[in-house]
Amino acid sequence: MYTRQVADHIANPRNVGELRDPSGIGDVTNAVCMDRIRLTVRIEGDRLVDAKVKADGCPPTIAAASALTELIIGRSLVEIRSFDRTTVTEALGRLPAAKMHCAVLAIDALRASIESAVR
Amino acid sequence: MKVYLDNSATTAVAPEVIEAMLPFLSADFGNAQSVHSFGQGAKAAVEKGRRQVASLLNAAPAEIVFVSGGTEADNLALRGICNAHMKYGRHIITTSIEHPAVLATCEELERSGFRVTYLPISSRGLVNVNDLRAAIAADTILISVMHANNETGTVQPIEKIAHVVASARAQGSRHLHFHTDAVQSTGKISIDVKRLGVDLLSLSGHKIHAPKGVGALFVRKGVRLARISFGGHQERDRRPGTENVPGIVALGRAAEYASANSDSGPARMRELRDYLEQQIIARCEGVQVNGDVERRVPNISNLSFRGVDGESLLIALDLRGIAVSTGSACASGSLEPSHVLTALGLSRQEVRGSLRFSLSVYTTRDEIDYAVSALEETLERLRGMLPSEGPETRESVVSDL
Repeated sequence: MYTRQVADHIANPRNVGELRDPSGIGDVTNAVCMDRIRLTVRIEGDRLVDAKVKADGCPPTIAAASALTELIIGRSLVEIRSFDRTTVTEALGRLPAAKMHCAVLAIDALRASIESAVR
Repeated sequence: MKVYLDNSATTAVAPEVIEAMLPFLSADFGNAQSVHSFGQGAKAAVEKGRRQVASLLNAAPAEIVFVSGGTEADNLALRGICNAHMKYGRHIITTSIEHPAVLATCEELERSGFRVTYLPISSRGLVNVNDLRAAIAADTILISVMHANNETGTVQPIEKIAHVVASARAQGSRHLHFHTDAVQSTGKISIDVKRLGVDLLSLSGHKIHAPKGVGALFVRKGVRLARISFGGHQERDRRPGTENVPGIVALGRAAEYASANSDSGPARMRELRDYLEQQIIARCEGVQVNGDVERRVPNISNLSFRGVDGESLLIALDLRGIAVSTGSACASGSLEPSHVLTALGLSRQEVRGSLRFSLSVYTTRDEIDYAVSALEETLERLRGMLPSEGPETRESVVSDL
């Protein structure tokens, strides 16, 4: 049902936790299924240098949150601003259509964290 | 290590059962309707299977109709009774926690003009017999209440309901029939159709170590049942179609196995199930047992784990070789939370964090120990990922869905 990549993120989630004194926080909840992702990021100059994530939800939510951190750490804000849900689903191989909202949630958390950092 | 704790979904075919059915896939391939020796051998095997299944239920062989499984048994029972007795009434009583094979059939009957009363259940998962008595109307022709629930294992008071049915009949409801879906109770608790007092009872082969694709419906002698599919005269005109001889032989052998182990098998499952539950409760925090702890089949434990998503637990356990199931909305594509756990009055979070462990006679203590250790670690890891409760979260913008 889920790809090898999703399974791998479930077995070994990456960058779990919360940064101390983060530049930005993106904490979003899906009102329908109550899945939640809390992303803390550190931005230096025009680059995202570190990120930690916590997640509560079904396997794709946890996998999307974990994969997201790998996608963004060390990247420029210009690159990061071009990311959307397909960036996440591609990193996970694919997601079932009914689970696309999990990738959306991850991208929402990312955008919220960047917004709060540059505000 | 591979640990299969999803025996309420399906079971491994027993070696004895495979051995018994194999000849009927090769040398003894005859059609049980044929007059020649190939056919007569097959027919004898079918009739032996019928006696074995009848014996497990304390029924007469002529009261056993072989079908393709639990779903067909339920369809035949409900639609067969409704089609045969609709001129006397068009009211059915069932419960809100039946298997979809019963619920979806009831919904279809509603579309064709039947009224259906769906009885609620208590927080322990039990039907209130007084509610049921009160629901019986002059035009009620069928009551269908499952024996054991497939998610919680809760066992309904079938004998008490049968008493209600008997007194309703004595007061004039002559066309009232009582069906039970015993798919999850067969081989787990004693089933005696005379003691239970049911008119029809469904069972499935693959839940009792026979292969998928075979089941049986007990139809008490004298009960008039309409056909729901049309063809030949097999199964005393109740279920047309060439008999599934290897499947029937297998079901018969599995029933014989269940009869022979009717004390030791359930006792063993109960001991290990209780051990599993005690270990989990002792070693993991925030665990609750769902359904009635006393009145349940000996092989099912339905637990809710506070704070976590059941499907994430399921997948994480699967990666460690452990198979369980969940009532969480997200599981297996349905996106609807379990109707059974919801009917129990569980909160959304409790349903979301539910896992069902279901054992078989093949489950070992070593497997339980491994599963509990893996569960403890997995739970700790998933809970370690949870964001702390806080007001900072906001609703996700779902606009680009």
